[in-house]
Amino acid sequence: MRVALFITCVNDTLFPGTGKAVVSLLRRLGCEVDFPAAQTCCGQMHVNTGYREEGVRLARHFTEVFAGYDAVVAPSGSCAAMVREQYPKLVKPGSRGAAAVAAVAPKVYELTEFLLDVLKVEDVGAYFPHRVTYHPTCHSLRGLRLGDRPARLLRNVRGLDLVPLPGAEECCGFGGTFAVKNPAVSSAMGADKVRGVLDTGAEVLCAADNSCLMHIGGMLGRQRTGVRVMHLAEILASTEEVKAS
Amino acid sequence: MSATFLGMPGNFPKNSARAVQNSQLRYNLRKATHTIRGKRASVVGELPDWQELRAAGKAIKDETLRHLDRYLLQLEAAVTAAGGHVHWARDAAEANRIVAGLVKATGEREVVKVKSMATQEIGLNEALAAEGITAYETDLAELIVQLGDDFPSHILVPAIHRNRAEIREIFLDRMADAPPGLTDEPAALAEAARVHLRERFLRSKVAVSGANFMIAETGTLVVLESEGNGRMCLTLPETLISVVGIEKVLPTWRDLEVFLQLLPRSSTGERMNPYTSTWTGSAEGQDFHLVLLDNGRTDVLADEVGRQALRCIRCSACLNVCPVYERAGGHAYGSVYPGPIGAILTPQLRGMGSELDASLPYASSLCGACYDVCPVAIDIPEVLVDLRAKAPHGAAERAGMRVAGWVLNDQARLAAAQRAASRLRGLVPRRLPGPLSAWTDTRDLPDIPEESFRDWWEREG
Amino acid sequence: MSRSAREDILARIRRAVDGAPEVDIPRRYRATAEVGDLVGLFAERVGDYRAIVHVVPEAEVPARIAEIVAGRRMVVPEGLPAGWTPPDTSGAGPADPYTADGVVTGCAVAIAETGTIVLDTGPGQGSRAQTLVPDYHLCVVRADQIVAGVPEAVSRLDPARPLTWISGPSATSDIELNRVEGVHGPRTLEVLIATA
Ligand code: SF4
Repeated sequence: MRVALFITCVNDTLFPGTGKAVVSLLRRLGCEVDFPAAQTCCGQMHVNTGYREEGVRLARHFTEVFAGYDAVVAPSGSCAAMVREQYPKLVKPGSRGAAAVAAVAPKVYELTEFLLDVLKVEDVGAYFPHRVTYHPTCHSLRGLRLGDRPARLLRNVRGLDLVPLPGAEECCGFGGTFAVKNPAVSSAMGADKVRGVLDTGAEVLCAADNSCLMHIGGMLGRQRTGVRVMHLAEILASTEEVKAS
Repeated sequence: MSATFLGMPGNFPKNSARAVQNSQLRYNLRKATHTIRGKRASVVGELPDWQELRAAGKAIKDETLRHLDRYLLQLEAAVTAAGGHVHWARDAAEANRIVAGLVKATGEREVVKVKSMATQEIGLNEALAAEGITAYETDLAELIVQLGDDFPSHILVPAIHRNRAEIREIFLDRMADAPPGLTDEPAALAEAARVHLRERFLRSKVAVSGANFMIAETGTLVVLESEGNGRMCLTLPETLISVVGIEKVLPTWRDLEVFLQLLPRSSTGERMNPYTSTWTGSAEGQDFHLVLLDNGRTDVLADEVGRQALRCIRCSACLNVCPVYERAGGHAYGSVYPGPIGAILTPQLRGMGSELDASLPYASSLCGACYDVCPVAIDIPEVLVDLRAKAPHGAAERAGMRVAGWVLNDQARLAAAQRAASRLRGLVPRRLPGPLSAWTDTRDLPDIPEESFRDWWEREG
Repeated sequence: MSRSAREDILARIRRAVDGAPEVDIPRRYRATAEVGDLVGLFAERVGDYRAIVHVVPEAEVPARIAEIVAGRRMVVPEGLPAGWTPPDTSGAGPADPYTADGVVTGCAVAIAETGTIVLDTGPGQGSRAQTLVPDYHLCVVRADQIVAGVPEAVSRLDPARPLTWISGPSATSDIELNRVEGVHGPRTLEVLIATA
């Protein structure tokens, strides 16, 4: 199966390890992975901050780049939700690019959706001998409704001890530019999330979105807690032969 | 909106930063919102057809709004036929004038009030005071707020920011007939309020209320409440004046079968609230006046995306699940409508001319919890994002976003920026200056990688 | 003034919704709830509000009322079935609500799922003031007046009459969101369910 990887601008720039993990995971599962080099950003930051024009431009660019693929996989619940849920509202039916949106948006999958719904694998053959907790980020929880998909995948990872996160469904406080526009409330939310993570005694906090992990991880790091944050893809890519770094 | 809230200085980030520091407030809010969250979830979970009720509620409200002119006229005819009087008010000043005139015509100088968002929005108490008329709030929480010279901070539980010890102190300080040995037991506090208000109810000749629903078909008004102060005000006085937003109308009597299930369960987390009163026109011989209030609602109605905010039935479920409200408290929103619904309603009703109002659409992490619980399925995040596009943007931010947009719109520019960042990776300080310090004050920055994903892919992907 | 405000508002509405799509109302919710034991569920749900509940055979209602209200001066609304009228134990004649100890009424309809009693000021139900001012309310609900859910109750009721829906005694949740029974309405609600 030929799939296009939408890496997302944040992962591309700051978290290349996540992209590499997705590539190795998908190849291990028999997919041919394509990376259309013209891709940039889904436009979420612009749209959600009130810069719709720039956002629409990026949305049109996205749909041009990814036209014609059977499936587009993104290691980000937030960006996948942006394309699938927000694009059709952003590029109104009848306006320029609306047909391209209608064609491309439904083919965009968040990684765990792709694994479970398209490839239909629950055990990806991963090995990760650590105590892990999972934070369901808002856009994967309430936007994409990923439900228990991530947990099903994690439970099949050998050696992994999955511990539930108290207050899991509460927002971590990242919220894109919210984190810098309302830093006090954002940090207060983050502090409560950090407390929940520490309560689990987990060594690793994982999620389907690096942007939220950057926020929670930034607080875990500042407080020198020793808890690592990792994208789910990196755990799923990890095997006994090739361990996650 | 409320005269008391109007012109409130500051902006949401500053107001909420102050609130976050107040540990007592945060404790009170957390405890209260989490309590009611759990109650709501359990009674909503009891109904196998909750989503169907929600879909019907949404559609009934949309139908009402689509033909609001027709339904208001039908309502007016039905109320009039039942012996009531209908008045129309374009804005707060007009509504206040009408109410003051009606009160004066009775010769009375005092009114008792049932908790009503609409009368708070128009600053009725202050307007009546200016005309020499005293308005007494009779809802326990409103009484706490009024006695404490305070602002309400929640739609349903206006004194949610106060705990029992604080309430006891307010009663002892400000309520002349508070028993000296008053404890902070909720039952004792409620009893003190009962005694304090009892005689006022029996004496008052004029009452002012709002309404949760008005039925166009029959001219019936509906008020849901808990304490019985509503029943007192709606029943005992000779004259009843109800000030109600034009969006509160429902087409048919039957529609109540939906809303009397949606509202109590979403609001107080009960299967049904203790008391619901319905009356049509001059019930049991009362003199009844209905004041229909616009005050910006027709502007909201004109906005294709924003008009869904008019479906709101003021249940406050969105406040109770909102992580931002929980930390910021209601006062930070500077409006009688706090929380997620306030963040979309206030900027639409008042415009975004003030710094505070322009900051409200950003008072959300867009986590979507509000949309999930809203009994009339208002897509609050969608409206927030839409309002952000209309909000005034600062020059520096605008310039930054334009540059970012330019870089992100082209792979070569993006790659060049990534390589520049990688070259400078060792030089990034732990704490950033200027506006970006908002990040680094509490959070470490991620390490910038040696190479971007796209460069790696090109090399060996 | 008021007249032109009316025209103004209506014109603004018409402009605002011009061209907006028409709406279909899906009513796929339950028109009736599946309840096996209406009396049992109603009794349980009323009890959840901390009201006092008794289930008694119809024939025993007069005796139970007399027993329950013994020694209390009760308001007796017009049209209360003769058997439900408590004997005047005080000898002071019919009580007015402002000085009475309580009121005894029937009801128009009751809802099992929500534990709600609805009064419509019909015969035996008193005026709204009569059932509000006294501190104690004894309400007799006949089993055949109990419906399963809210939709059935709404369809049985007449909107032209003033209605009072009662779900437990007066209560407030204003202090730390804890329910406290008893503020302005009757602090005690006692319900007699009369079975055939
Ligand atoms: S927006 Fe929805 S959840 Fe919030 S108060 Fe209104 S009806 Fe309730």
